[in-house]
Amino acid sequence: MDGINRIRGMTSLEGKQGGDTSISAADIGDRAYSIITTAFAVCIPLLLIAIAIEIGRAAWPALHQFGFGFLTSSEWDVPAGKFGAAPAIFGTLVSALIALVLATPLALGVAIFLSEFAPRWLQQPVAFLVDLLAAIPSVVYGLWGIFVMIPFLREYAIPFLRDTLHLGSTRFFSGPAYGPSMLAAGIILAIMALPYISAVSREVLRAVPRSQREAALALGATRWEVIRDAVIPNARSGIIGGVILGLGRALGETMAVTMVIGNRAEISASLLAPGYTMASLIANEFSEASNDMHLSALMAIGAVLFLITVVVNAIARWLVWSVSVKDGA
Amino acid sequence: MTTSIVPRSTAGNRLRRRATSSLMVGLTYVAAALATLPLLLILFHIAKAGATSLSVDFFTKMPQPVGEVGGGMANAITGTLILIGIAAAIGVPIGIGAGLYLAEHRASPLANTVRFLSDVLNGIPSIVMGIFAWQLLVRPVGHFSAMAGGIALGAMIIPLVTRTTEEMIRLVPNALREAALALGYQRWRTSLGVVLRTAMPGIVTGALVAIARIAGETAPLLFTAFGNQFWSTSLRHPIAALPLQIFTYAISPYDEWHSLAWAGALVLIGIVLVISIAARYATRSRFGVAVD
Repeated sequence: MDGINRIRGMTSLEGKQGGDTSISAADIGDRAYSIITTAFAVCIPLLLIAIAIEIGRAAWPALHQFGFGFLTSSEWDVPAGKFGAAPAIFGTLVSALIALVLATPLALGVAIFLSEFAPRWLQQPVAFLVDLLAAIPSVVYGLWGIFVMIPFLREYAIPFLRDTLHLGSTRFFSGPAYGPSMLAAGIILAIMALPYISAVSREVLRAVPRSQREAALALGATRWEVIRDAVIPNARSGIIGGVILGLGRALGETMAVTMVIGNRAEISASLLAPGYTMASLIANEFSEASNDMHLSALMAIGAVLFLITVVVNAIARWLVWSVSVKDGA
Repeated sequence: MTTSIVPRSTAGNRLRRRATSSLMVGLTYVAAALATLPLLLILFHIAKAGATSLSVDFFTKMPQPVGEVGGGMANAITGTLILIGIAAAIGVPIGIGAGLYLAEHRASPLANTVRFLSDVLNGIPSIVMGIFAWQLLVRPVGHFSAMAGGIALGAMIIPLVTRTTEEMIRLVPNALREAALALGYQRWRTSLGVVLRTAMPGIVTGALVAIARIAGETAPLLFTAFGNQFWSTSLRHPIAALPLQIFTYAISPYDEWHSLAWAGALVLIGIVLVISIAARYATRSRFGVAVD
């Protein structure tokens, strides 16, 4: 019938079942059970296919009219009926990149701390606190971002970056700084991606066999050299998988970003300028979509976002999975 | 390892390597401190700003028009509980069924595909789930509804419940299944009555963790449940939800609404925490299998 029951049957149970006289009644129950669980399992691929078809269908008019230019045009002008996704794609990539640059070293540091150096009594509480970051609702991050983080950026962090570190003259920190900006979105996303990257990294670091560490120590390596030369190389693809998983989260994150990014469809080199991400553009304009083409263009943005996150998550899962299979964990 | 791990040892060299090592180990301590800081800050600000504006009225009164002091979010709290209920009623059974299938068909091609796609589904942005539910459930009927919001949230629960169900069922000793089959139990009764029942505390925990995760979701509700300033428990009409209300109030220009948003955030985190604690309790009560 199926894998596990066949194995079971081969070991000891076939004779017992064969002697059963009320086969028909048992068969009906078993068959119904098998059909129902299979149906539930098939729901998952069906759901994904339905998402792809429904959003693709709704996005078709815009994709058909604007063609490939939809992705490259930077003009998002609703009254003029011009829809180009480039500012939103740019904003999504830049904010996610800022997030990864900030979160990866921290997450990796925490993961190494927890798997290698932390005293026993500190392991549980620190792991719990970092994991708890993933449980805070996105809208709460947004609220905190608006009323705590952005004022802090405006009052202290931006003047510090510009005047004390003299970055104000560079393109990345020039122009007026209102607060809501690409930088603010990147920082919020970094906090939100951190628990995902650190949880996966922690798992794969723990999956590295002890013998690797002991061998390096026996050769006279210092504690850091053990990590750098024996542990991290073994866990590398899993860590990269964790980072890509964090990237997937950052790309699709909506509410917190919508609340702090400033929502303006322009491409600017300055991190202090407001921007848009694909998700925040949809969240911001969807319910006020003025006409069918506007709606379809927003659906097309959703379709692009869907495709990107599917690819990113597939890569991440494959990398993490290849590590855990290799190490038998 | 093909890299040369340990360089030739000289006195000065050794000192430098020791210093580097101490520095890097110290940096991981700093990373741990920095990583826990945002959480502590967020919890501190929510507790501070939320507690000052939280009152009994918040739970019992309806939202007031702009300019009037007071008012609460009774409708939004009720709405959130209703939405969580719909989501659980849809997502948990499908997730458990799919998890049972995956646990019993470990390496079949369909199981591998479903397992992989379940992870992919888990990574779909919540806003995409929102516009999908709108296109499928709101657009054809022409109005927003609580049902559409609940279904969008339910779809997000499925991959999480599927994954934990599979893991929990795999933890059940094979001997238990074999014993039941040897006693003449049919396969379906063995699966449901013996294996699933043994794994149940772990599965309940997994389901509660999944529900806690979607309790605070806003993006899937923006274009489905939509929000409602009035009292409504009808599944066919727009319904208020705590996260939506927090969002609306947070981006508004009014101070009274800002403080209500903080109170809402405190209550929302409270709901998430209560569900999470219930999840821990569910596991502890019987079988020794824990999630996460």
